[in-house]
Amino acid sequence: MEPNWALARKRPALEKRARILQGIRAFFVAREFLEVETPQRIPANAPEFHIDAVGSEGWFLHTSPELCMKRLLAAGYPRLFQLCRCWRQGERGSRHLPEFTMLEWYRAEADYRALMDDCEALLQALLPQGRLTWQGQAIDLAPPWERLSVREAFARYASIGLDEALGGGRFDEIIALEVEPHLGLQTPTFLIDYPVQLAALARAKPADPRVAERFELYIAGLELANAFSELTDPVEQRQRFARDEAERRAAGKPPYPSPEKFLDELAAMPPAAGIALGVDRLVQLLCDAATIDQVVAFTPEEL
Amino acid sequence: MYSCADLKKGLKLMIDGEPHVIVQFDFTKPGKGQALYKCKLRNMITGSLFDRTYRSGESFEPASLEEREMQYLYQDETGYVFMDNRNFEQVTMSADTLGDDKYFLVDNMEVKILLFNGQGIGITLPNFVNLRVTQADPWVKGDTAAGNNKPATVETGYSLQVPSFVEQDTLIQIDTRTGEYVTRVKE
Repeated sequence: MEPNWALARKRPALEKRARILQGIRAFFVAREFLEVETPQRIPANAPEFHIDAVGSEGWFLHTSPELCMKRLLAAGYPRLFQLCRCWRQGERGSRHLPEFTMLEWYRAEADYRALMDDCEALLQALLPQGRLTWQGQAIDLAPPWERLSVREAFARYASIGLDEALGGGRFDEIIALEVEPHLGLQTPTFLIDYPVQLAALARAKPADPRVAERFELYIAGLELANAFSELTDPVEQRQRFARDEAERRAAGKPPYPSPEKFLDELAAMPPAAGIALGVDRLVQLLCDAATIDQVVAFTPEEL
Repeated sequence: MYSCADLKKGLKLMIDGEPHVIVQFDFTKPGKGQALYKCKLRNMITGSLFDRTYRSGESFEPASLEEREMQYLYQDETGYVFMDNRNFEQVTMSADTLGDDKYFLVDNMEVKILLFNGQGIGITLPNFVNLRVTQADPWVKGDTAAGNNKPATVETGYSLQVPSFVEQDTLIQIDTRTGEYVTRVKE
């Protein structure tokens, strides 16, 4: 039989992917982050309204390694990173795979601003030439990158204001269709300070409790990472989980158990900041690939 | 009824009493936000294209179309002619209606013809067709890498990328759903 030509054609992308993964490891190891592996099959994820987990014999495949990594933070590990597979039900598109690779890293005694610095340094380490072109769009990676508040982004790019979008339940739609395409086009953009109701595990900003210390990183309109200063108050966290779980049930979604061990140990967690970065999309960007399919060896449809 | 989870390229929906087909589809979702289903729809009667975005929770009426097995006969000045082998009824469809599907028609091929009020509005091809390469650059000696590609044209006028070892007059298999090369066909 003839070799699978479509698979053979992916070779340059897969070789670049391997170098990027090695570059990410080298970056964090040099900064004295401990690489960890946490279980991918767990009894409970953080219950989030819009994220559906894949079940596995009564437990779940993790939607992110977040909870286990925070338990390590709470046990006194100050700097952690992990490269792992995550699963999310029903997510399949030109930028989405139901099984994908996530990079998460956490810093104790830091807030989300330290993670912005990390992002700038990581991309510089991966791309020493300081620029990239994705689908015809040239992007200058020289720091500091743009920091744009969610409120300002709505004022600048959206057809309706932030409060109207939140009140009408149209926030996600406006962000995805009207705002995202403008973000990170000349230089990467940190979209910062999300309305506090949109911050499941993030801490409210001390100077302005209406917003949470959360940011998303955009490059060339691609959403690459979600980060926040962690909420370390177990009482508040329990309330937010209960609210999200109630919303899930009201919408007819299957119930999720509460991650009790995480909630118990959260009280011991120091102030910290954490970030999740989609590695497949990062590779997509660095390979100038139009779709996420081009940078993974196999898509679900090819199995 | 279909739900958002059923939406995909090629799905046929009834919108405002007329059949529509999804010609482009993408799923998108802000990290912690609501899923959005971006569709480019073609009205299967008028051919007009438009974009629409749906949100999870919406539902859709399947297009009520008649589908009949027919055989492709030939092309003439009126268009592409198909025949139902049981009652010898013929249906003619224009190149515009067929779109890229016209490149994958082989004489006497069995296809499914979609009919709306007796009018042919679309076809469903077999997933794979065999077509002969009529033009391709010569094989560069020493190029053995399986992933290398070059442009080629097949007998119906369709152009695509093929591996470098595919030469003129080779019979190749094409996936009609993606329009891409699959493999050489042994003769």
